[in-house]
Amino acid sequence: SVLEEFQMEEFKERCTQCEAVSWGLTDEGKYYCTSCHNVTERSKEVINSDIIPNAQIKALNRGLKRKNNSEKGWDWYVCEGFQHILYQQAEALKNLGVGPELKNDVLHNFWKRYLQKSKQAYCKNPVYTTGRKPTVLEDNLSHSDWASEPELPSDVNSPFLESGMESQSDVHTRKSLRISKALQSETSVCSGSLDGVEYSQRKEKGLVKMTVPQTLAFCYLSLLWQREAITLSDLLRFVEEDHIPYINAFQHFPEQMKLYGRDRGIFGTESWPNYDDIYKKTIEVATFLDLPRFPDITEDCYLHPNILCMKYLMEVNLPDEMHSLTCHVVKMTGMGEADFLTFDPIAKVAKTVKYDVQAVAVIVVVLKLLFLLDDNLEWSLSNLAEKHNEKNKKDKPWFNFRKWYQIMKKAFDEKKQNWEEARAKYLWKSEKPLYYSYVDKPVAYKKREMVVNLQKQFSTLVDSTPTAGKKSPSSFQFNWTEEDTERTCFHGHSLQGVLKEKGQSLLTKNSLYWLSTQKFCRCYCTHVTTYEESNYSLSYQFILNLFSFLLRIKASLLHEEVSLVEKELFKKKYSVTKKKSKSKKRRR
Amino acid sequence: MSRAASLPVIYSAQSVIGMSDFSEELKGPVTDDEQVETSVLSGAGMHFPWLQTYIETVAIGGKRKKDFAQTTSACLSFIQEALLKHQWQQAAEYMHSYFQTLEDSDSYKRQAAPEIIWKLGSEILFYHPKSNVETFNTFADRMKNIGIMNYLKISLQHALYLLHHGMLEDAKRKLSEAETWRHGEKTSSREILINLIQAYKGLLQYYTWSKKKRELSKLDKDDYAYSAVAQDVFNHSWKTSVNISALIKMPGVWDPFVKSYVEMLEFYGDRDGAQEVLTNYAYDEKFPSNPNAHIYLYNFLKRQKAPRSKLISVLKILYQIVPSHKLMLEFHTLLRKSEKEEHHKLGLEVLFGVLDFAGCTKNITAWKYLAKYVKKTLMGNHLVWVQEEWKSRKNWWPSFHFSYFWAKSDWKEDTALACEKAFVAGLLLGKGCRYFRYILKQDHQILGKKIKRMKRSVKKYSIVNPRL
Repeated sequence: SVLEEFQMEEFKERCTQCEAVSWGLTDEGKYYCTSCHNVTERSKEVINSDIIPNAQIKALNRGLKRKNNSEKGWDWYVCEGFQHILYQQAEALKNLGVGPELKNDVLHNFWKRYLQKSKQAYCKNPVYTTGRKPTVLEDNLSHSDWASEPELPSDVNSPFLESGMESQSDVHTRKSLRISKALQSETSVCSGSLDGVEYSQRKEKGLVKMTVPQTLAFCYLSLLWQREAITLSDLLRFVEEDHIPYINAFQHFPEQMKLYGRDRGIFGTESWPNYDDIYKKTIEVATFLDLPRFPDITEDCYLHPNILCMKYLMEVNLPDEMHSLTCHVVKMTGMGEADFLTFDPIAKVAKTVKYDVQAVAVIVVVLKLLFLLDDNLEWSLSNLAEKHNEKNKKDKPWFNFRKWYQIMKKAFDEKKQNWEEARAKYLWKSEKPLYYSYVDKPVAYKKREMVVNLQKQFSTLVDSTPTAGKKSPSSFQFNWTEEDTERTCFHGHSLQGVLKEKGQSLLTKNSLYWLSTQKFCRCYCTHVTTYEESNYSLSYQFILNLFSFLLRIKASLLHEEVSLVEKELFKKKYSVTKKKSKSKKRRR
Repeated sequence: MSRAASLPVIYSAQSVIGMSDFSEELKGPVTDDEQVETSVLSGAGMHFPWLQTYIETVAIGGKRKKDFAQTTSACLSFIQEALLKHQWQQAAEYMHSYFQTLEDSDSYKRQAAPEIIWKLGSEILFYHPKSNVETFNTFADRMKNIGIMNYLKISLQHALYLLHHGMLEDAKRKLSEAETWRHGEKTSSREILINLIQAYKGLLQYYTWSKKKRELSKLDKDDYAYSAVAQDVFNHSWKTSVNISALIKMPGVWDPFVKSYVEMLEFYGDRDGAQEVLTNYAYDEKFPSNPNAHIYLYNFLKRQKAPRSKLISVLKILYQIVPSHKLMLEFHTLLRKSEKEEHHKLGLEVLFGVLDFAGCTKNITAWKYLAKYVKKTLMGNHLVWVQEEWKSRKNWWPSFHFSYFWAKSDWKEDTALACEKAFVAGLLLGKGCRYFRYILKQDHQILGKKIKRMKRSVKKYSIVNPRL
């Protein structure tokens, strides 16, 4: 039987030259690749069992077994992997200034609830024990390395810890699985985690399976629960800027948690998170967790449109005076109401507000109210402002749309260029390569080493001054100050040129308005509007592009939101469906 | 050595920009004749890089491409842009990120990556100010050993790079390494590469040989060193012929290899061997049409003093491929001297043919031959032959050759040429033709007599006014 075991250990690695698995033996007993004739350092020690004394085989065998153990690493579950990622992300959020309760209470709670709902832990019959008889095998050696792992959220002092992460059945599962893994490894091991294969095959109705993007849904839900000053677009941008672990988050797993095979599909990511996708996942997760109504979003919350509008007005260098107009639109549309803003997953139709997109949409609507953005009126108003500013150099200057456009266009183009360059230079691959099977391991590692060497070589050709490392995280991407003479700051400019007094009220000089969408699509497609760029004025296109870049979303998504704000604002017009709609005059 | 040992087009197409410049550089100046010698693998498969990307996008359909794929393809565009603008530094910076395509999870792209990286990387290292031979060597050695697909190609280009830097010995070593490289199955594409590698090695040996030969010619036969050098020369030729002969048997354009091989065969008196090689090179239908093949064969036969009919048959083919070649005048002479009437007619055709080309309009010999030969033909009562040739040209030759402008400028530049042309113009267009009249009007002391004679001949023989 010793020999049999030995044969199992036959050399099955891929050739480092040509990736084939086809080995022959040279006269010296070394393995060589029959397809490319590459000779390895490895040699077959047992050629003929008759010649070699038994004792030696045993010794060899033991050596291999021990090596085997350390190579295979710890036993761990997929959900533990995700837990580890969530832990890292929570830590990162804490470092960004988010209160510690998020990590210790909220996220932990959500996660626990998830494990419970998905029947992975904290319940009577965890999914893994079904249909499998737990085999008791008292082997305390590796009795859950995880239980003693101090870094995990489960070990953070919290009320849930007392209940104990590891229930009795858990221990049983673990053991039974260990057996099944041992069996698997003899055929072909398909994952480093214990349940990687089962996990990727698990398909149950109503089950929300964890994925890497899902971790961000958890983060965002926690942020929302805590009413933190981080919007979804901020969160995703921090991910993109590597302030929050996401791409290759698995490489920070403990050394002994080995990943390969199916784990690759579960933990490997080759895309940045997408706004729409994470937004949908957030609702999905919240519904699955059956969460109660979230704390109210009131006027003093960062996520309230009035505050977000202020923030974005500053960000894009628009006059502060516009804020009262955005507040007015928010009020008229009812978008500032707590009932409208607060997320309630158990309501009939679970939906949450895209706070950042909506705030930006309100600003676009206000710009349309003031300047019409028909590639005509905004320029003639700019001429007026220019003339006025020339004559009255001492007064507070009138806001000049043209000048603003010129400055923003330049700043935006530069930003975008830098962003594109940085993306093109992004290094996706982790230091720990992911491979499909043990056979692929040496190839994967050799490739990695090769890439690292090539990179080293070429980095000597690059200018010694490295690009100023990681940007420090900020919720602002543009910075406008009065001191900067190169780039005019418009925050203090006045809207006098575009408003006129009438009695006690202020009216917009412009009395026209056009709707971004005339008719909403009622069919079952997911988008209610379509955005065909060329149908719209250049100014409108520019403004959509500018804002959608800031939020890292598609312009069409913002266009849709603008249309939805207009739908609320011009409710009557929509019900009458008049073609020309005039802007509402309103009081200040 | 014959620097015409140009880089053969090993890659079937330039799927990434860059290598083209690189190969231009490697070509070096063409020192032989005016014949441009190139080596092109025949039947190289066509490849459309743009089509590939198109197909990819179609296949993906509405599915979102992974950001990895997006950023790496953006990275590739940035590298290409930087290379176009000769911003080697920036290119190197992006290259640093582009290496990760070697680990692409898309196996198709992963397999294509080494070749793209090699092309871009070698281009950058060729020009980058901080790069040197050592850097290039390290890079090439690394790239060779990623997979087995590119080992031979890279080895060959590596050798050519070293050649470009004058490192002949190192180049030779690289070629030998590649030649003895152990590999898997022998595929046909690999076989061609091996032949090419061996042939380049042979070419380098030829270079040494011809240097030795020159030394030998300087030495006295009684010199004590003579026999040693002579022995050397002999050894080299033997190795070279083995190395080159395999390649030139395969269909393709192998000019530099064929030339040096033939030179060596001739040197050792193997005329039959040389002739066989050249005949095969020129006449084997599997080989692509190649004017140089016929030129080599012709020159060889001329050296061997082959009969006229044989020379004519070789040049006949060249005439069909390159009617404007300078050998056509030699061809005409051969035809004129021939006894066959059909050759005489062809001789006229050939001359007209040469002068159809803009590059030959100022070739005085051609005009002189034409003037003489047209007159001779007309005297020999073959008016029909001339008319036949003239028929297709009478619409455009007058303005192409015989305009008033040309008369003036030709006379100013080269009176002799102007006279020959005027004579032809007179014969073909009659004495009223502007070119002829202009030259006639010029008063020239030395040419006076000639012009008078010309005038008489035109009157007598011009096809415009055939003797009634």
